Amino acid sequence: MVLLTRKIEFAASHLYHNPDFSPEENRRVFGKCNNPHGHGHNYTLEVTVAGEPDPVTGMVLDLKDLKEILEREVMQRMDHRFLNYEVPELAGQIPTCENIARVIWNLLDPKIKQGKLHRVRLYETPDLFADCYRNGSERAQA
Amino acid sequence: MNPGSHNSAVKTELGRRYRFSASHRLHNPDLSEGENTRLYGKCNNPYGHGHNYILEVLVSGKIDPATGMIANLADLDGFVEREVLEPFDHKSLNEDVDAFRGTVPTTENLCIEIFRRLKPFPKAKLERIRVQETSNNSFEYAGDNPDGFEG
Repeated sequence: MVLLTRKIEFAASHLYHNPDFSPEENRRVFGKCNNPHGHGHNYTLEVTVAGEPDPVTGMVLDLKDLKEILEREVMQRMDHRFLNYEVPELAGQIPTCENIARVIWNLLDPKIKQGKLHRVRLYETPDLFADCYRNGSERAQA
Repeated sequence: MNPGSHNSAVKTELGRRYRFSASHRLHNPDLSEGENTRLYGKCNNPYGHGHNYILEVLVSGKIDPATGMIANLADLDGFVEREVLEPFDHKSLNEDVDAFRGTVPTTENLCIEIFRRLKPFPKAKLERIRVQETSNNSFEYAGDNPDGFEG
């Protein structure tokens, strides 16, 4: 098996706020991330696909195809957007790195037809990231 | 809040990077001077030397729908600060950390000691750690986690 990784970057804004919490609770739990006007990050996304290289092309999957999938599913949806208000998949969720990574996993997984999505790593800053993997039992069946 | 895309088929981990600077000397008192020099080279310099270490900590758990978080970063940062950064940063690993009184503070052993210190983190499961000693050398340790390196 070979792992192939492609990286893209997008810029987006967000804020953390749970309407079920009091204003004090929101500030205590979310700190600076609770600023009502939001704030932004340059996100770096690494998408890793696992598979056997095709004997004819030598490729696990065509990087051009992966690039198009990432452009359509991630860039067009999230780049230069306010994640809370403009990304329907995140509606009603706190757009933490964990939740955004999970949304990206769910968007990409059904679209990758050659090889299998192995890992989604989303960096919110160089010091903070979230990883998504196929869960153990699912992986065994994969 | 909407648990949204929560889906048990996907496992999510949170990764956080920290930095500390410390000195060490690689020396095994059971070996001869010649053997120490041959084995550890420059790292055996009797006065020690230092590194800017980068520590990566990966934890997993259920994403709390109320906060969107596996663990609150303030809790993780506080725990790592108390257990690792405060006792290790700007210290001599050989002289200031009890665990290295009888163990050579290679980065392999440093990984094992840091993992032992972070394992009891109460808010999420410690999956693995990675310690970068220089931009060319890094080490990972997952304890006895069965799929610690696989996510």
